[in-house]
Amino acid sequence: MAATGTNVHVGQIRSIVGDANAREATENDAIDGVAPHFVAEPESVEDLSRLMSFASGEGLAIAPRGAGTKLSIGNPPSELDLVVGTANLGGIIEYVPGDQVVRVEAGISLEDLQERLESEDQMLGLDPPEKRAGATVGGIVATNSSGPRRLRYGTVRDLIIGITVVLPDGTVAKAGSKVVKNVAGYDLSKLFTGSVGSAGVIAQANFRLHPLPEAARTLAVEPGGTREAGEAAQAVMHSQAEPSAMELHWSADGGTLTVLLEGIEAGVSAQSETVTELLSSFGEVRTLTSEEADALGPQEPPQVGGDEVVLKVSAYPAALSEVLDLVLGAAQRGGLWPRITGHAGSGVLFAGLSGGAEEALVGAVEEVRGAVLRGYPGGSVVVHEAPLAVKQRVEAWGPAGDKGPLIRRVKERFDPGGTMNPGRFIGGL
Amino acid sequence: MEREKLIETMESILGPQGVVSEREQLRTYECDGLMNYRVIPELVVLPENAEQVQRIVAVLYDEGVPFVARGSGTGLSGGALPVASGVLIVLARMRKILEVDIPNQRVVVEPGVINLWVSQEVADEGYYYAPDPASQVVSSIGGNLAENSGGVHCLKYGFTTNHVLGAEVVLADGSVVHLGGGKAPDSPGYDLLGSFVGSEGTLGIATRITLRLCRKPESVRTLLAAFEDTEGAGGAVSGIIGSGIVPAAIEMMDSLCIQAVETAVAPGFPDAGAVLIVELDGPEAEVEQQFRQTIEICEANDASEVRVAEDDEERALFWKGRKAAFAAMGRISNDYYVQDGVVPRTELPAVLKKISDLGAQYGMRVANVFHAGDGNLHPLVLYDNAVEGEAEKAEDLAGDIVFVCLEHGGSLTGEHGIGEDKKKYMPKMFTSEDMDTMQLLRCAFDPHGLSNPGKLFPTPRLCGERPGPYQMHPVQKAGLAENF
Repeated sequence: MAATGTNVHVGQIRSIVGDANAREATENDAIDGVAPHFVAEPESVEDLSRLMSFASGEGLAIAPRGAGTKLSIGNPPSELDLVVGTANLGGIIEYVPGDQVVRVEAGISLEDLQERLESEDQMLGLDPPEKRAGATVGGIVATNSSGPRRLRYGTVRDLIIGITVVLPDGTVAKAGSKVVKNVAGYDLSKLFTGSVGSAGVIAQANFRLHPLPEAARTLAVEPGGTREAGEAAQAVMHSQAEPSAMELHWSADGGTLTVLLEGIEAGVSAQSETVTELLSSFGEVRTLTSEEADALGPQEPPQVGGDEVVLKVSAYPAALSEVLDLVLGAAQRGGLWPRITGHAGSGVLFAGLSGGAEEALVGAVEEVRGAVLRGYPGGSVVVHEAPLAVKQRVEAWGPAGDKGPLIRRVKERFDPGGTMNPGRFIGGL
Repeated sequence: MEREKLIETMESILGPQGVVSEREQLRTYECDGLMNYRVIPELVVLPENAEQVQRIVAVLYDEGVPFVARGSGTGLSGGALPVASGVLIVLARMRKILEVDIPNQRVVVEPGVINLWVSQEVADEGYYYAPDPASQVVSSIGGNLAENSGGVHCLKYGFTTNHVLGAEVVLADGSVVHLGGGKAPDSPGYDLLGSFVGSEGTLGIATRITLRLCRKPESVRTLLAAFEDTEGAGGAVSGIIGSGIVPAAIEMMDSLCIQAVETAVAPGFPDAGAVLIVELDGPEAEVEQQFRQTIEICEANDASEVRVAEDDEERALFWKGRKAAFAAMGRISNDYYVQDGVVPRTELPAVLKKISDLGAQYGMRVANVFHAGDGNLHPLVLYDNAVEGEAEKAEDLAGDIVFVCLEHGGSLTGEHGIGEDKKKYMPKMFTSEDMDTMQLLRCAFDPHGLSNPGKLFPTPRLCGERPGPYQMHPVQKAGLAENF
């Protein structure tokens, strides 16, 4: 974009979204050190559509943004002109508790949504760690973020039932519906899940809901080593208990496996007995207080500007101890301090590595990625957080595999001008 | 390519036993489970492995010949209806369960594997495959994937799309891609697997499918409750769901349906205005308490009888009655038209009333059997094909019913698919912008529209590809995968 056009653009953007909803960007709006020129926060889907059509007509590079809690995801942008925020699209569109379905605008925070649903003894079965930082529903969908309860409720793809998106040319399109069971048309809700703003802006989303559990209990055990941790997780996975979550918290000195049981009191207490018995051969089984369980919680994001690299390692659920060893080994060889949490029943570990030089961090990322890709076909290692210098040296997503060309063709169809979050998506798209 | 040459090429890939070209034999494949549409394909091919599928599709791509994939042919929306100038690729010979991985709770199968076989294969290990369409004794996993099949237990456990974790897919240009992480979760990039499942064969052919296995529940309890009318039964459904119970299944049948089922398989259902079958499963202590609560809710809604299945045999009998519902209509009517619509659960009473009014208005009988927990209705419009004009009238009535579903915020189809049957209704649910946007996906997967053309959308979107003979895209020839 020509620098001389800046003032003209600000005026036009203001005339579309209203004076109060557009401003020039500041340093705080930068993504991985790349600063945009403007920030616009439209108040309606119509305004969003007109904004998108104008911006892509001008060739402006666009980054959609919710609460900005996960801007570190993906590669650094290759270009950035306009941040399109959803702060003014934060309403509940429709909520009929008897249908156990809710329709929301993308900018609503998950916390606000859950609070409303809780008043009807319901919930959306998503609990990503960024929730506490105010993450929006649109951002959670766009980054395919999930939390411990995915073991029971699944991830975004399992709960989203409809979507409204605005494409770069301003087209407003919906897919899915507000009924849980629906097979009419292509499921674009899933296409946009994890799309990281590369195909359009998510404006609205519909979800199926679940009843809020009446009772909850977290059991914890400290297995003697990684092998025991893996065995303990397998024992729970293959039992007839139905935990909501099974989390691993691990460091170089060992750690804890927790099992969250939810439901009605009678069920929780019977299942607690079953699980306690299963876990007791791995160590003393404790029931955590809710404060202890909260404190352990899902992994908090690292300090902004810190030196920690956070990897999301996806491998096979039964390979928990091997993957744990592999990460710990890489950390040790690089002289790094490991901080690991993981969804032990789902095959997902988040590995924080810190305390080393750039070279050591890059080396550890590459070592872990290489080993996971070799050992677990279909697996992946995604850099979730990293100092900029590290991000500039490693590919955030890793290889796309044989579907790479297909991903590119999808991107080219939805975003022919290449203005949506350029550079940040898989394959540098 | 001339027909003779095409046959010859296919025989060189499959051997003569893998190619059907005689007109009389081709007729076997002229329709799927929706029998009012029939088209005789140019050729039927029966590959035995993924490599053969890939070679077949590559030849068809080079020649610009459209193709349709077919599993067991049990679909109810004409999704596997052949195209006249095209090749029908029947996957029924690809029936191997390739890998059972209990530690990871996964199984890898070929597309022709029958749904029920998967559960049978892992039953001894204490596992099963959750999606259970009524057709599960004959329908194939590949077909289930294409249609995103549901079933009676999807209220709690989800649909096919929630249980397919990976697929090897042959795209329309003959290239092979692996979608989804398979045994590993959260494959980065677009969720192309999620987009592919339920795309009704229009985005390619799955040749190898990774499925999630579920641990068998500790306890299963099933009851049958009789009510004076569907309204009473509906009240019980709302009461159960509203109390925070997530049943494994809640099915409703109205009196006409009960009558048909009794005539056909005699499960001994009570003579009532409506019956509910409710099943709870999970950890025993939870199931026991919630099952007692369910009985109380049924009684509070004036159930005239609540029958608890005392053993597996009795449970099987309840389900036999439910699963026989469609076929049983043949006992009380010469012909019937199966509709598949969805409404928000709270709209069920209003919609049932309107369906009954519509039946009266058309002077036709409509039997109702449905997945009450998720608002998925299967009204069965009864008619007599021998009476001039009745078939058309039945289809019109069925169409009006689905429009009522849309007016009440529902969907055109909950599990049977759009296929050939409902593509004309798509504009009632989606705008042209919605459908054009969906078809961007089609253009990315299959720009020439060779894979199951003419289905799902009322009008195909042109993808802006250059006209002329079908050629490998330059970027593919250049092996883009390496410099991606």
